[in-house]
Amino acid sequence: MTEHHQPLPDLPPPITSTGVIGWMRQHLFSSPLNIFLTLLSLYVLSIIVPNIINWAFIDANWTGTDRTVCDANPNGACWTFINVRLNQILFGLYYGQHADQIWRPITAFIILAGLVGLLLLPRLRFKAWLGAGVLLLYPFVAFALIHGEWLGLPVANSSQWGGLMLTFILASVGIVAALPLGILLALGRRSEMPLVRAFSVTYIEFWRGTPLITVLFMASVMLPLFFPSGVEFDKVMRAVIGITLFQSAYTAEAIRGGLQAIPRGQYEAADALGLGYWKKTIFIILPQALKISIPGIVNSFIELFKDTSLVSIIGLLDLLNMAQTASRSIEWKGYDVEAYIFAAMLFWIFCYGISRYSQHLEKTLHRGH
Amino acid sequence: MNTKSAPLTDTYRHAPVGHHENDLEKRLMIDIRDVHKWYGEFHALKAVNLQVHKGERIVICGPSGSGKSTLIRCINRLEEHQRGDIIVDGTELTNDIKHIDQVRREVGMVFQHFNLFPHLTVLENCTLAPIWVRNTPRAEAEETARRYLERVDILEQAEKYPGQLSGGQQQRVAIARSLCMNPRIMLFDEPTSALDPEMIKEVLDVMVELAEEGMTMVVVTHEMGFARTVADSVIFMDQGEIVEYAAPEEFFENPKNERTREFLGQIL
Repeated sequence: MTEHHQPLPDLPPPITSTGVIGWMRQHLFSSPLNIFLTLLSLYVLSIIVPNIINWAFIDANWTGTDRTVCDANPNGACWTFINVRLNQILFGLYYGQHADQIWRPITAFIILAGLVGLLLLPRLRFKAWLGAGVLLLYPFVAFALIHGEWLGLPVANSSQWGGLMLTFILASVGIVAALPLGILLALGRRSEMPLVRAFSVTYIEFWRGTPLITVLFMASVMLPLFFPSGVEFDKVMRAVIGITLFQSAYTAEAIRGGLQAIPRGQYEAADALGLGYWKKTIFIILPQALKISIPGIVNSFIELFKDTSLVSIIGLLDLLNMAQTASRSIEWKGYDVEAYIFAAMLFWIFCYGISRYSQHLEKTLHRGH
Repeated sequence: MNTKSAPLTDTYRHAPVGHHENDLEKRLMIDIRDVHKWYGEFHALKAVNLQVHKGERIVICGPSGSGKSTLIRCINRLEEHQRGDIIVDGTELTNDIKHIDQVRREVGMVFQHFNLFPHLTVLENCTLAPIWVRNTPRAEAEETARRYLERVDILEQAEKYPGQLSGGQQQRVAIARSLCMNPRIMLFDEPTSALDPEMIKEVLDVMVELAEEGMTMVVVTHEMGFARTVADSVIFMDQGEIVEYAAPEEFFENPKNERTREFLGQIL
């Protein structure tokens, strides 16, 4: 027992515990039950996956201009339908019927993509000013193009906007308008002024406790009751206002979480340097708090992006509802599976893109603390 | 002197109490008279009196919970006192936010946990307050910042973020950040307590240098070597009271109070 123990040097791990084989052994074949479940899953997949691939790709119908092609080959997906109705699903009823005007929303999208791309360049001078300019001016440019009246183009009434374009408009205006409101509400909720705090708490709890569908319904049905007859509020405008008020409460709570994570020492150091409340908030507290809040904000934004489908309650047709509507037209009755898959795919692409960008943003903002 | 920032100095001629009557000709920078503070039921400061004159270096020590940090934090109103008067360079600390900002502009503070702004570079940490509080042009603020960063021997790290620096380096940046505001008084709240032993000296060296230049300093610390070499007076606090107030030789060689002797016996 008194002998000094000399440990042998470690052996390298056995090949079977590393790499692909090791991973499979550990995760898929570690016990009889796991082996059984793995084999069962493989069997089920082997039945389902080839069918999906056959239906969606190999047997699918891609060409043609009406349903005769698809009706002749009912074993494959009817992408012809999506192809023919693409304009309607992406841009709504008006642009679905006026293909010659389709350049207008496309131009608006290209301008936006160009500006966003410019803002994403890492070393750009006057970035903040450019960003503010884009935020303030772009909505008017987009409205002028898409609506058309200001530019003397054929008018596309907002009640005939729809599809992906409407989803985009509702979600982006919602988040851009809700972010500053949310910041103010989050600060208000932590304010030392009782009146400000009470207002913020009441506001946030009211909107958080109300389902979005109720908010939209109220905005559509109740709002006109409170205004004198004859005052007509634009439907899209009503939806945007409802969504913004609703979204700002969620944004506020996400940001409040970030604010609470800032250590007291940061406030004290700013105080000790003589920074007043607003300078302290803008330069010290918010940059740190917003960074922490990114996952929460993005999460509620993705939710909002998908929840725009609820505007169907007030008769607006977003991406999902427009795809559904197209599939219920007489010409294409019966091809709603394709419509749903296409809408889901577009939603997924955008939501996944947003999520990836937020992860990238978190990484670039990381300062090693 | 900037008359705008010291409106009370000419009219205010309060004679300091205590043992500094011989320094009357020196300007009174901090005047704390009969200050009390409570945290709920807990009486954190009990009738504290303290006068600090221009160029004076005061070291405050005492067991944890004795109120030494609370006292120093009252001087720039990070804590609010409930009774008594605190007058800093002629400005009385009241609820008036203008007075508070006035005092905070003139008083620098160094914290135990540095409290650098982690999202800003070292240089930005040092220029933020001069630019936005003192309205210094950016170029001038950066020049000043570089000068102070060089003085605390950390200029080569100016473009880094605080998270990339060691504790001692961060604390030196924190000192430079305070100095960039050109303060008349520097407060140090246990500046070396959170540092690894090998980094304490680099921070103390900067503080000694600052003292030699005549900065008015109030330092809460347990670094008795620093107190012995630099301090004009050493204060021992216990249970919210100033128990002993003496020049360092007397304080260390011949402490009058039993509690001071006990405390010194524990840490020396």
